[in-house]
Amino acid sequence: MIEVEQLTKSFVVRRGRFRRERHVVEAVKDISFRVDRGELIGYLGPNGAGKSTTIKMLTGILVPSSGRVSVLGLDPSRRRVELARQIGAMFGQRVQLWWDLPLRDSFELLRHIYKVPLDRHRASLDRFRGVLDLDPFLDTPVRQLSLGQRIRGELTAAMLHGPELLFLDEPTIGLDVVAKQRVRDFLVEINREDGVTVMLTTHDLGDIERLCNRLLVIDHGSLIWDGGIPELKERYGAERTLIVDLEEPGPPLELEGARVERIDGPRQWLRFRGSASELTTRVVQSARVLDLQIAEPDIEEIVRRIYTGNSRT
Amino acid sequence: MWRRLVGAQVRSQLQYRRSFALDAFGSFWISFVDFLIILTIFHNVSHLNAWNVHEVAFLYALSAITFALTDLFIGHLDQFPQLIRDGNFDIVLVRPRGTLFQVVAADFASRRLARVLQGVVVLVYALWSLTIHWTVWRVIVLLASLPSAVVIFSSIWVCGACIAFWTTDGGEFTNAFTYGGTTMAQYPFDIYATWLRRLLGFVIPLAFVCYFPALFVLGKPDPLGLPRVLDFVSPAVALAAAIVAGLVWRFAVRHYRSAGG
Repeated sequence: MIEVEQLTKSFVVRRGRFRRERHVVEAVKDISFRVDRGELIGYLGPNGAGKSTTIKMLTGILVPSSGRVSVLGLDPSRRRVELARQIGAMFGQRVQLWWDLPLRDSFELLRHIYKVPLDRHRASLDRFRGVLDLDPFLDTPVRQLSLGQRIRGELTAAMLHGPELLFLDEPTIGLDVVAKQRVRDFLVEINREDGVTVMLTTHDLGDIERLCNRLLVIDHGSLIWDGGIPELKERYGAERTLIVDLEEPGPPLELEGARVERIDGPRQWLRFRGSASELTTRVVQSARVLDLQIAEPDIEEIVRRIYTGNSRT
Repeated sequence: MWRRLVGAQVRSQLQYRRSFALDAFGSFWISFVDFLIILTIFHNVSHLNAWNVHEVAFLYALSAITFALTDLFIGHLDQFPQLIRDGNFDIVLVRPRGTLFQVVAADFASRRLARVLQGVVVLVYALWSLTIHWTVWRVIVLLASLPSAVVIFSSIWVCGACIAFWTTDGGEFTNAFTYGGTTMAQYPFDIYATWLRRLLGFVIPLAFVCYFPALFVLGKPDPLGLPRVLDFVSPAVALAAAIVAGLVWRFAVRHYRSAGG
């Protein structure tokens, strides 16, 4: 569905007030990847890493400086109109609905912009009204909607014309827990049931962990990870944590193959690699232990490690 | 489609009725002041070159009506730099319609209808006080000049708006050509210095908006002695201007840089 080969986008930036110097900034450097039908793919990276720039080149907003992009077999910037009919796009920080009009009227205008037949429009709108619970605010002007309501409206707007590929740029930004969950459920549903391929950028690792079966990580314009989440944990998160509750507070436990990371009263956190059973046996032999638990590394920590590791090199 | 999009805008503008009425009154008055200035000039002189007050009023009315119509349809292009700066042009680009069409249909300054009305008032006054020997050709040239002028004005605006793709802030520069241009088109072309005439006639084709058609309709000899065929070429100039504007726009869109986010 998406093929990207050695894609680069550079911007010319002028700095300085009087003697203006030209700097070429490469927002995206030489990245390549492909996305197959039915994937739900997460695109992750710190601010300014090049996530949005990539999405904008895939949707035909920006013209690449070099490299090749093909989305649904089309060159996005040259066949923009054709592509736009077949993809959906939502930018969490932009308002795509008509600000002063009721939500319902925005949908009606979009129906005409995308030339969707009335019966198909009705059917999909009815469905999204149910899934995203739009009815309570369907007749409210967009400017009066809460962020959560507006995002539900924006998602509907992006999906109403039945695209097979959906791009989301930070869809859950600023949402509360309940609203986030609703958006995630919706994305899972359209991906599983309608087979819509979804590519989303996010800062929210919860989105990634609950939604995506594949992850792309970009930093300083370069792609530094492309693969599944278990593999990512395997590679960057080989260290696990053993949490030990001692009978009474004591000095840090000294054990081979593990180091104490933190102490809080009788509780100690030990980082280790390898077999957990071997370590627990040794812990129990060397101290009086009330309880033990093992914590898997969470993705947030892994990503932090990737970013910092990458900026050191 | 244009009617639907614009209809939606007008509906939302009408939600603020009082401000709509004030705006409409304001824009009527502002454009009327332009005309008062012309009357003031003629209070002191009887002729501008070979033009008397009624003839200048006729020229003024043509320019005012066509400019007001342009303003009505695409006047909101003066806020286009803002759209570019905020990166909201992204949204235009992900929809399956022409970009220029979407930008133009995004607003409709219905309050500026008052300006059209003002132009019509002056035109009626001019036609009433002038004795024009109407011929079929004169009617045709007059009627053809109105849409041609709107297209020429629009093309200038579109080219001006394109500057925003590079500077992200060329608003005032553009206004010099649009609002500045219309004011110049309200006066007889032959009163300007030669360099200015060349600029207005052939670089920015404002002279074709009203001056040449007005000469023909009024049956005046061209004081500059230019070929009389120029009186008839306004529609062709309009077509050329539209093509140039379309190409400039397409070129500019490919240089859109969006905004961070």
